[in-house]
Amino acid sequence: MSSEFAWSAEQVELRRTVRAFAAEVSPQEEVRRLMASPLGHDPAVWSRLGEELGVLGLAADEEYGGAGDGLVSQAVVIEELGRALVCGPLLGSVILGATALGGLSDKAARAELLPGLVAGRTSAALAAPLHRGGFDPAAVTVTATARHSATSPGGTTSPGGTTSPGGTETTGHTLRGSVAHVLDGAAADLLLVAAAIGGTDGGEDGDGDTVGLFAVSADATGLVRESTPTMDLTRRQATVSFNDAPARLLAAAPEAATVLATTAETAAVLLAAEQIGAAQYLLDLSVEYARTRLQFGRPIGSFQAVKHLCADMLVLVEQARSVAYHGAWALDEGTDDPRIAASLAQSVCSTAFTQVAAMAVQVHGGIGFTWEHPAHLYLKRAYTDAALLGSAEAHQERLAQLVLDDAGGL
Amino acid sequence: MSAETADALAAAGASQDDDRARVERAAREVLAGIDPATATTAEFLGACYDAGLAWVHFPVGFGGLGVPAGLQAVADAILAAGGRPDPFLNNPIGVGMAGPTLHGHADEQLRARLLRPLYTGENMWAQLFSEPGAGSDLAGLSTRAVRDGDGWVVDGQKVWTSLAHLASWALLLARTDPDLPKHRGLTYFIVDMHAPGVEVRPLRQATGQAEFNEVYLTGVRVPDAHRLGDVGQGWNVAMTTLMNERSAIGDSALDRGSGTIADALGLWRDRPDLHTPALRLRLAGLWTQAEAHRLTGERARVARTAGPPGPEASIGKLVGAELNQKIYDFCMDMLGPEGTLYDSYDDPADSLQRRFLRARANTIEGGTSQILRNVLGERVLRLPGDVRVDTGKPWRDVPRG
Ligand SMILES: Cc1cc2nc3c(=O)[nH]c(=O)nc-3n(C[C@H](O)[C@H](O)[C@H](O)COP(=O)(O)OP(=O)(O)OC[C@H]3O[C@@H](n4cnc5c(N)ncnc54)[C@H](O)[C@@H]3O)c2cc1C
Repeated sequence: MSSEFAWSAEQVELRRTVRAFAAEVSPQEEVRRLMASPLGHDPAVWSRLGEELGVLGLAADEEYGGAGDGLVSQAVVIEELGRALVCGPLLGSVILGATALGGLSDKAARAELLPGLVAGRTSAALAAPLHRGGFDPAAVTVTATARHSATSPGGTTSPGGTTSPGGTETTGHTLRGSVAHVLDGAAADLLLVAAAIGGTDGGEDGDGDTVGLFAVSADATGLVRESTPTMDLTRRQATVSFNDAPARLLAAAPEAATVLATTAETAAVLLAAEQIGAAQYLLDLSVEYARTRLQFGRPIGSFQAVKHLCADMLVLVEQARSVAYHGAWALDEGTDDPRIAASLAQSVCSTAFTQVAAMAVQVHGGIGFTWEHPAHLYLKRAYTDAALLGSAEAHQERLAQLVLDDAGGL
Repeated sequence: MSAETADALAAAGASQDDDRARVERAAREVLAGIDPATATTAEFLGACYDAGLAWVHFPVGFGGLGVPAGLQAVADAILAAGGRPDPFLNNPIGVGMAGPTLHGHADEQLRARLLRPLYTGENMWAQLFSEPGAGSDLAGLSTRAVRDGDGWVVDGQKVWTSLAHLASWALLLARTDPDLPKHRGLTYFIVDMHAPGVEVRPLRQATGQAEFNEVYLTGVRVPDAHRLGDVGQGWNVAMTTLMNERSAIGDSALDRGSGTIADALGLWRDRPDLHTPALRLRLAGLWTQAEAHRLTGERARVARTAGPPGPEASIGKLVGAELNQKIYDFCMDMLGPEGTLYDSYDDPADSLQRRFLRARANTIEGGTSQILRNVLGERVLRLPGDVRVDTGKPWRDVPRG
């Protein structure tokens, strides 16, 4: 157990390694080439991250090819990937997919599906409503129907299947419905889907007591995926529709809702790491520019209006770093209410990254608004990140509930 | 944090485990030996000093244990939980600034004589830096110290001197050579506040109270043994004081929900009749900012090694000051018409209204927020300095007013 904010020598080395690797494989020209390509990333680079560097599953258990190091190490990696805008299914496979799978009680499913993600050989996407700052069962738009067949006398129950009281056997489910904004959804090999079982919605009271988590493979019949054009070209989204698509139940109710709620918390913290990596890059870039760009015969950084913008960016980045890593440590070691730690991380880091991005454009003047300059790539990432897992306001609302409304927080 | 600072941190990590155990043990022993409920503040803090828990990074025998400063938080947490009175609040300038300045720049004899009564609060300390003509531009100050035999004679006027009316000692920055450029003609002294020629006149502030003073220095004799650092090196010594001032003022609360945010949370809890949805979200936002501030302070504490705090301590001072103002603005808005009342300007109660007024000084004292942004820009981010009209000029030729 390491004390909060005391990074180990291995973690320092890990940061150095990933930063060097990102600089090598993901210079800006490469980011621009990939963001214009159909797939949006280079699978060879992604599998090098998984297999050669072994940094895609640092929080996953060793028996699934992970390192069992925990979220702090994974956050260090994600921070550096965010800094360089390395293209790949980071959200779908690592931040959401591997996190959700790692939380399953179904050991067989974990053993079958996790290693590919950790190695960067396969990719995943999660189709579940997490955009309100937590898992929101009432917003589930997919329904699952059990497929039954007569039980053969003395027959065995298929893996994952259950025997229902009526003497028929559930051999699997089919899904109906459509989910928008599925991150990395178009190219994913594996779709993890939250669906209401039994044809109802997320439950009358929206508490997730009928929600299951399902796996749908990329070649499933009835699966239709449509890439949606995005503002942030480095991060892909799809609308995924299920027309009686066969699905495998990974977690039944009520486990699924718990797994998804935990996934939302972990993802909030890991996304925060990406946010600070990118924000730190913008701060560095702006300071460098302010030192060298001359106007009125002096570097613009000598003007207080510019200098103070940079100072404010520094403050935002430093504070964001504190809450992001507090979140990682707290989730690893159980030292804080995970709901509070997660919402703190997303609320502070989303605000910091969007503000820093806007300030960076301002410090650069006209050049910062050009297509050639990197600022807009980060600006788009900033506003996209801020919306993916709940806005800063959504997380503030959660904090208000936890800290102010529940008197226990006081 | 940059990769480089993370590096230094990790290296420090391993050997800290033994030191940590030592600090924990010493703190428990203090609590076992003396009961803060029955002992006087001075007695209890004296025991902490003797155990090396005043400033853990100071040498043994001088209030420390010679271990990394980051472990101070370990001692503080145990002692505070055991009921220790807050030594900083007891003697803020002494403990927050004079102690570290003496540690860095005074000889062994002075340290042996002054540090203990400073820590226990038996000797209160003040800071004779600011003058009517030199606030943000501290290095432009006019108070003169002139060599006279084996000592110095000081003449000048200081202002905004907090606690001067209670202090037995003060930190003094004075000009010893007006012909040099401003930073190079300064020398640093400590002054006996009861010496002849020291006159303290209270200054009333917006709250009605008089926490600070004008101090007139007329022919005050200071022995050369009370000089800290070389003649002409006063600015360097003053930087130690200022960096410690910012880190002491900017130091955030140790526990979630404590510090100034506790006032807003308390008001929220006690006055459900004043709740509105807009105030609720605003308070959640302030709570979030207070947490980001607290955790950043926590991270700085873990990172702090034996060295003095650097310019990055200005982050905590800047954020803490602006956050305090927002917190008390919130309290005023929540109180509504009740907030417009003020019990007495002669002897005001420690009300939210008084705290609201007092918070206005937070962004001025200890370096204004503008100056702190300059410090972050120039000394942390290494941005180029502003254009200066006084660089290289003898101090006597620089316009003042
Ligand atoms: C409650 C309180 C307690 C204090 N206690 C002490 C004490 O114990 N000992 C002591 O020595 N001093 C003390 N001070 C003084 C304090 O350090 C000064 O007030 C402070 O440094 C500002 O100086 P000034 O008041 O002369 O304002 P000025 O320096 O005149 O500043 C006026 C305005 O100009 C701005 N400004 C000045 N220079 C610049 C610049 N380069 N760039 C941008 N803006 C600039 C400032 O930010 C400010 O807004 C105390 C002050 C207060 C309010």
